Parts: sequence; C-alpha cells; structure tokens
Amino acid sequence: MSLLALQAVEVSYGSIRALKAVSLEVQEGEIVTLLGANGAGKTTTLRTISGLLVPRPGKVIFDGADIQGVAPHEIVGLGIGHVPEGRRIFPRMTVVENLEMGAYRRRGNLGPDLDRVFGLFPVLLERRKQLGGTLSGGEQQMLAIGRALMGQPRVLLLDEPSMGLAPLIVAQIFGIIKEIRQSGTTVLLVEQNAAQALSVADRGYVLETGEIVMSDRAEVLLHDDRVRAAYLGEGAA
Amino acid sequence: MSRIAINGVSMSSLRRSQDVRRLGAWVLGALILAVMTGPSGTTTSPTAGFTGSLLHPRVLGYLAFGLVMWALSTARVRSRDRVHSATRGVQQLREKLLGDNRVRHGTYLVLLVLAILVPTQLNSFWQEVLVDQIGVFVLLAVGLNVVVGYAGLLDLGYIAFYAIGAYSAAYWTGALPVHPVFHLNPFYVIPLAILAAVVAGVILGVPTLRLRGDYLAIVTLGFGEIISIVATNLSSVTGGAQGIIGIPHFSVHLSSFHYQWGLSNLPYYYLLLGFVVIVLVAFRSLENSRVGRALAAIREDEVAAEASGVGVLKYKVMAFAIGASTSGFAGLLFASKISFVAPGDFTVQLSILILVLVTFGGMGSLPGAVLGAAVLQWAPEYLRNHPILGFQQQDLYIYLGALLVVMMIFRPSGIWPSRRRRRELALAEEGVGTADAMSGSSDPAAGPG
Repeated sequence: MSLLALQAVEVSYGSIRALKAVSLEVQEGEIVTLLGANGAGKTTTLRTISGLLVPRPGKVIFDGADIQGVAPHEIVGLGIGHVPEGRRIFPRMTVVENLEMGAYRRRGNLGPDLDRVFGLFPVLLERRKQLGGTLSGGEQQMLAIGRALMGQPRVLLLDEPSMGLAPLIVAQIFGIIKEIRQSGTTVLLVEQNAAQALSVADRGYVLETGEIVMSDRAEVLLHDDRVRAAYLGEGAA
Repeated sequence: MSRIAINGVSMSSLRRSQDVRRLGAWVLGALILAVMTGPSGTTTSPTAGFTGSLLHPRVLGYLAFGLVMWALSTARVRSRDRVHSATRGVQQLREKLLGDNRVRHGTYLVLLVLAILVPTQLNSFWQEVLVDQIGVFVLLAVGLNVVVGYAGLLDLGYIAFYAIGAYSAAYWTGALPVHPVFHLNPFYVIPLAILAAVVAGVILGVPTLRLRGDYLAIVTLGFGEIISIVATNLSSVTGGAQGIIGIPHFSVHLSSFHYQWGLSNLPYYYLLLGFVVIVLVAFRSLENSRVGRALAAIREDEVAAEASGVGVLKYKVMAFAIGASTSGFAGLLFASKISFVAPGDFTVQLSILILVLVTFGGMGSLPGAVLGAAVLQWAPEYLRNHPILGFQQQDLYIYLGALLVVMMIFRPSGIWPSRRRRRELALAEEGVGTADAMSGSSDPAAGPG
C-alpha cells in the first residue's frame, strides 16, 4: 500500500480548474518528483496534500486514511512536512528558533532532531544564532528543509527547492535530499529543474495544465524524447 | 559608513545634497508648525491664518527651531557610527541589568511601591487623571498590545469591546431601559462583561481573522462603527445618544467584609492598579509561552506558521479575544467609576489613540505599552494649561500626529521596544525583510500579511 495517494483529485480556483482528475502514488521510502511548467498545477497539488486546498471531488489518502478536510496544521502533526514555495523561513527568528518552530506540534527533547538537521546542514550550525532573514538564499532553503524535518515527517513535500539558487547550491541540496531519503523519510519533490529532479528521483509524474500526462521510472522519463524536448531544453529528435 | 567603495568626490557631493534636502524639510516643517500654532483665519480675512503666523516676528523663532533641528539631525547622520555604538552601549547595559533577575524583580518592586505610594500625595485633579486618563488607557494599551504587538493583527475597532464592557455594566446594574432578570453590582459584572467582550471578539474574529492585514483593519473599523451607531440609534435599549446615567459604583459585600467604592479616585486607582499588575504578569507569561511563540510565528509569516503546525486561526482568535476581554473590563470599570456611559465616548478616534499609545511605546513590548500610555496620556494634561506650551484641546491630535511622524523617523521601534521588534528594525536597516508595523512577511507575494 502506498504511503500517500491522490485519487482523481480536482481543485478549482473559482471557475478555473487547476487540477483535473489527478491521481498519483508515493510509496514509503521513495523519492517521487512532479514535473511541469509554470501554472501546470504542481504547487496546487502540494497545497492540496497539505490541506491548504480542498479537493472537490477526489481524495487524499495518507497512510490508509482519508485526510480530506483535516486542517493544515493537523496534517503536519500526522507526518506530512511541507517546505513551501519560496522557502518562507521566519526572517526575524534565529536559525535555532526557526527549527524549534518546526517541532511546534511535538513535545519533548529536540536535541537529537537538532543534531540531525545540523548534521545534514553544517552551515546552519555555524549560523545558529543568526536571524533567518540574514541568511543567503541557499541557507534559507536549507533552513526551510531543516525546519520541516524537525516535525519528524514521514513524507516531506518539497516545493521547488532549486528556485533562484546557484547551480552549485542546487546540486548540494539535491545531494541532501538523497540523504534525507536514506534516513527513512519519503520525499515528494516538485520541480521545474527536471534534469536535477529526475537524477535523484525514483519515479516521476509530468503535469500539464492540471493533468498528469506521463508517469514512469525516473531514468525512463530522463530519456523520453517528449520530456527531453519540453523540460530539458533539447530539440525534439 | 559607505559599505560600497565610492570615490571621495561623488560621496561628499551626495552628502551635501542630502544635507540641503534635510534643511529644506526642517524649514518647511518649522513653517507648517508656525501656521498650525498661529492664529486662525476669519471669514472677513481668510488669509489671516497665514499672514498672522508667517509675516509675524514669531516665525523667526520657529525657523530657529528648524535650523537647530537640522543641525542636530545632520550631526546625528554624520556621527551615525558613534551614535550607534553609544546606543548599543546603553542597550547592553540595560540588558545586562534587566537580564539579572534580582535587579529586575527589585526594579519591579520599587516601581510597584512607588505606584502605591505616590498617588496619595497628589491632589484630586491628578488623582482623577491617574485613573480616568492614565490607568484606564494603560489597561487598554496593554490589551491592544496583545492583538497588534504579539499577533500582528491591525484592530481598528478595539474601542467597540470597551463599549460592550461599559454597556454590560449598564445592563446588569439595571441602568438601561431594558432590565436583566436580576440586578448585580458592577463588581460582580466583571466576569460577565469580560465574557460578553470575549464572545463578541470570537464572533467577530472567527469569520474575519481568515482575512489578512488591510482587510482585517477595514472589517474591525466597520465593527467599531456598527457598535457605536447601534448604541446611538437603538434608544429603547441603550438610551440613545444622550447616554445612560446612574450606573452604581463598585461594592463588595462578603459575609463580614463590606467595601463601597465612591466618588473618591484612589480606591478606583488601586483596583485598576491591581488589575494592571495581574494583566501584566499574565501577558508576560503568555509572551514566553507556547502560545506566545505561535503568535510570533504568525506575525512573521502565516503560511510558514501553518506549515509548521501552528493552528493559525485558533491563535489569532485567542489573541483577539484576550485583547477584547481587557478592553471590555476597562469599559466596565470606567462606566462604573463615572457612573455614566454614552455612545459619543466610543469613537474611531479613540481606537486610533490607543493604537498610537501602543506604537509610541513600542509594539509588542509590555513596558512600552505601559510607558507609552502613561506618557502620552499624562503629557497633554500637564501641558494643556502650561503658560508657554499650552494648547487647545481640539489641536491635540495634530500634535499627536506630528509626534508620531517624528517618532517614525527617529525611533520607529517606540520608546521601549521589545527585543524582537528591535531585531526587525535592525534587519530592515540592513535591507533584509520588512519592518512594516503589521506585515511580517518578507515575501511580497504573501499579500498584505
């Protein structure tokens, strides 16, 4: 059974249908990527999973239970961590305070979790007393991922972690995404940077104007002519 | 000062043009001040307001003031680094002293003793100011500080809850045209008035707190107007525009203990002082609690707070209701003290005034709210009849507005800023994030957060 599944999910903004019968599955321990151009519905899909949008009709199943109608902050408590688009760290809190906010729904000792995050992102340890707003873009992205990990999620939703970052930093972050999966957290990764995303993912879905048009193993998609033409910037063969 | 290397010539000419502009601004400001405080025009000579103030020798005094201010502000800019290190020194000293629990608690104890003893030495005019102007508004400011300062919600209808508290007092004591089943002394109305304000806060809050920033401000503004218009027009229930008289004073009758508050100010003062102390202690622990951290996160970025598992709506409603209950209690107390309540007391201007007190003191800072309310409520009373600085009551808001403008330029964090607020402004100076009063988000796409 899959850890997370969307079943024929439709979401509308007013009269505009943003998602049309989207179904996808994420198995425990996988990295699944959701590719698509601007406006294809990638962020909408993530926002639906984290409860910020409600599908009509359609279902979001997490760990065997329908989570439709559960409030977003409670979904975090169920084990779905969301790293929102544009990072959205708390600019006036220190790095440590930001991380502590990520564990807001948990009680008890945060030490091991802080150690884990600092292990993944040593730069955050160096900057632990600095305010979030003074970090560089890459460091903020790391902080946003770290904050979500503090909630001990079973599945981590990442919304365009490569956005606006230098290629070197992007490569570093994708390396860490692999490490996160190795430590047992499932990852659903939304990306425009298809080459990077497919290089770390196990499987991928391609979203076009609200519909899933392709889904396959990552290396198949990586070599698919249509994907190469549309998302990897190569002319059609 | 110049972080970026700019060659000497262009840097000094840049400075000079800035100095000239600053001079222009101060001279213009001084002239406006001269006109503001000068004689008024009349129907026969409508320009007399300008000629009487600008062509009169007294304008020279204002120009001199403007020049002095220009010189001071230029000196301040020129020696910014030195000023910074000096203020940082003061701040460090303050933090070192206040960081020490013994010093801090000792200071609080001394202040409390002064607050208990000093009023007994005042004449009845100042005792009345202390209760009606200062005490009540300190309580109001401290309550609004939770809403605006902690949660970052711009509430422009805050005074509506004050009205609800006041009319609760009138209702339960039987002063209104409509009578309750049983009459109560105002003292026992305290929980009922607080409850009424909280219920009103929750009813207004649950649908509207989904809105952000500007929208919430508009809705609360409307709510404040609705309450005051209903109070004015629903004469059969509220007694209409002329208000309601005969609200009894507080009294306590417990088996062998009887006490009756009366026309004397001091007993009300001590009652208020007791509540202010309770509220301050409660809000201080709120600030440092889980709820306080949730409110800080909401203030910084609502989306991120929700993504971190904070029930944003719940905490916003909570902050709103806490503010409402404080306001409601203040309304009850004031209505009972002056034994009178009228819709004219609950104007938008008053909501704004309380916001000014909080902003002046330092948003999100408890000592700031107390200090801001005390200073700004005391100063007009003191200055009103001063031989040189005396002013007309109707001009009060002009001066408050001017004061706020000056404040926002030179010390936007307020006279006693909270630690967090100081950080925000320091960040804004570095060009990171925003230091908007309300918005916490550094992301413009977040909308008016």
